[in-house]
Amino acid sequence: MNDQLPENILELRGLKTHYPIRGGVFRRTVDSIKAVDGVDLSVRRGEVLGLVGESGCGKSTLGKSILRLALSTAGEIVFSSENGEVDLRQLTRAELFPYRRRLQIIFQDPHSSLNPAFTIFTAFDDVLKRYGYGDKEARRAVLGDLFEAVNMPRHYIDRYPHEFSGGQRQRIGIARALAVDPELIVCDEPVSALDASIQAQVLKLLQNLRQERNLTYIFITHDLSVTEYFCDRIAVMYLGKIVEIAKSEEIFGTTLHPYTQALISAIPVADLDRKSKRIVLEGDVPSPVSPPSGCAFHPRCRFATDICRQQTPKLQPSKDYPKDHLVACHRVEELGVLGHA
Amino acid sequence: MNQHAPVRKSRLDRSFDRIRALEEAGALSSRVHNRSLRKFLSNPLASAGVIMFLIILLTAIFAPLIVPYDPLKIDLRALLQPPSAEHWLGTDKVGRDVFARILYGGRISIFIGLGSAVAAGVLGVAIGCISAYKRGWLDAVVLRVSEVFIAFPQIILVLLLVSILGQSLINLLLIFIATGWAPMYRMVRARVLSLREEEYVQALEAFGISTPVIAYKHILPNALGPVTVQITLSTAAFILAEAGLSFLGLGVPLQIPTWGNILNAANDMRILEQNWWIWLPVGLVISAFVLAVNFIGDGLRDSSDPTQQG
Ligand code: SF4
Ligand SMILES: [Mg+2]
Repeated sequence: MNDQLPENILELRGLKTHYPIRGGVFRRTVDSIKAVDGVDLSVRRGEVLGLVGESGCGKSTLGKSILRLALSTAGEIVFSSENGEVDLRQLTRAELFPYRRRLQIIFQDPHSSLNPAFTIFTAFDDVLKRYGYGDKEARRAVLGDLFEAVNMPRHYIDRYPHEFSGGQRQRIGIARALAVDPELIVCDEPVSALDASIQAQVLKLLQNLRQERNLTYIFITHDLSVTEYFCDRIAVMYLGKIVEIAKSEEIFGTTLHPYTQALISAIPVADLDRKSKRIVLEGDVPSPVSPPSGCAFHPRCRFATDICRQQTPKLQPSKDYPKDHLVACHRVEELGVLGHA
Repeated sequence: MNQHAPVRKSRLDRSFDRIRALEEAGALSSRVHNRSLRKFLSNPLASAGVIMFLIILLTAIFAPLIVPYDPLKIDLRALLQPPSAEHWLGTDKVGRDVFARILYGGRISIFIGLGSAVAAGVLGVAIGCISAYKRGWLDAVVLRVSEVFIAFPQIILVLLLVSILGQSLINLLLIFIATGWAPMYRMVRARVLSLREEEYVQALEAFGISTPVIAYKHILPNALGPVTVQITLSTAAFILAEAGLSFLGLGVPLQIPTWGNILNAANDMRILEQNWWIWLPVGLVISAFVLAVNFIGDGLRDSSDPTQQG
């Protein structure tokens, strides 16, 4: 897109976000929830990267860790810009501030994403002031313009959140993220709470905005059927780790990881132009407090063998498949796409 | 809607149109507050409470315009006189006008009750909001301290402070603030702990807005409802406590007229039996005021219910 800039806008290296569990009289740390447990992931400038997984797999925590809304405990969050590479984890609050305008987030729940106590403009005015958008008239104009960018009448900026529908609130959330002209937006299940017809509308809006403003999206969702046409690449997450990542067509065409295969087979057939037998996953997602040894998926995997229980598989390319198709499974070469049957 | 064009609009329609036009222009943006105010005033007990509260408050404030007597002026020629045209509620043991003492005493008693309730509320809210939003060791320490204050019997604290500091109006205020802040703090803390997880808070964090602005400006307004109710209820409780402590001789120094100190005269069995005008009217005023404040508190609780905003 831009020749001088590095291809990857963001690189996560060994990122971990472990929440401490405290117990006892002295509130000592007795254990931890391994919400994000060693993620390596690169995000290319201008792409839509889907981040898919069941609820509780750590995908929202990963998104929030990137923006330092969740406190990561190890690894690197490397952001590249014309100023070179910076590890966002190493910055102080003040040093981080200039990057706040480059990375933004859109939230899942349209009911909690807007403050019920204020009109949209009043609630947002502190942000507009913080970023130096001029006097009150100028700031109102900025927010009005943003409302128009998401197809809302500009005078709606003086309304209270309860006066809007779920779809409208979500569009306001998008307008808010755009206010600082970001480069990368983490979309944390932006359409999951909406009706199907409104989902399509909001997705279309996101797509248009991306083209107009050269945005990069990390699109978090538990619903694979949304991702196929919306995302350029898809990363599948299980218990705090990425288990497979590839171009969308690749993921859907030559699914390699048994977990991804199960997820895809669970999409209602009407949504896909292909026949598939549903693979039913047995058991529940294990607790992220004490994830299973070796491949964390082994208790639910129908191909699991001894090596799966003992060694953690690396996320790496596998022979016979494109270099940028990474998968973390010991048995991928012998199983191949056959596992898909 | 109006496709069949020349339909004449009724007056009602037109007024609705006007309201809608105003709404569109954002002129009615304070509707939410009006709604809860309207809801509050439609509660008959709450309205009665407000009226009673205002009557007692205003007569206390404008006491010099209502009674000609000095509440401290001793008149040895008029001891223990029953109500008359001259002294509407009679005189006490040393000839002071009881009506004047009730009005002037109201100033001090209401100041103590309302003042310490509001001060305790401000303190509790200020600490609870920021410590619940930031969490960490500060929150843990303050939480333990509040538990100590709540577990400690108030009367022992009073005896302790009175014996150390002596009897004074300020000491009484301090005691009430010391015993009153902890429940308010815990109330706000509990609300803020859940509000801090709301996504609008995270959105502000993602923009790098400073901690005090997020805590006090954006979160706090959503946490205030239950505290305002608690402040009114504490006002009532503190006024009763002032009366009780003064009656025991532990409250405000006797020479300062307060409702509790006026009541204190009824310590004497003869007065209790023979001079009803000394203790009955002031007792009624205390009851009326406490009742009024409690009605207001209940009304506030019902009208500020956040689940009904919308
Ligand atoms: S490593 Fe073993 S358990 Fe894990 S997905 Fe592959 S086959 Fe299944
Ligand atoms: Mg989530």
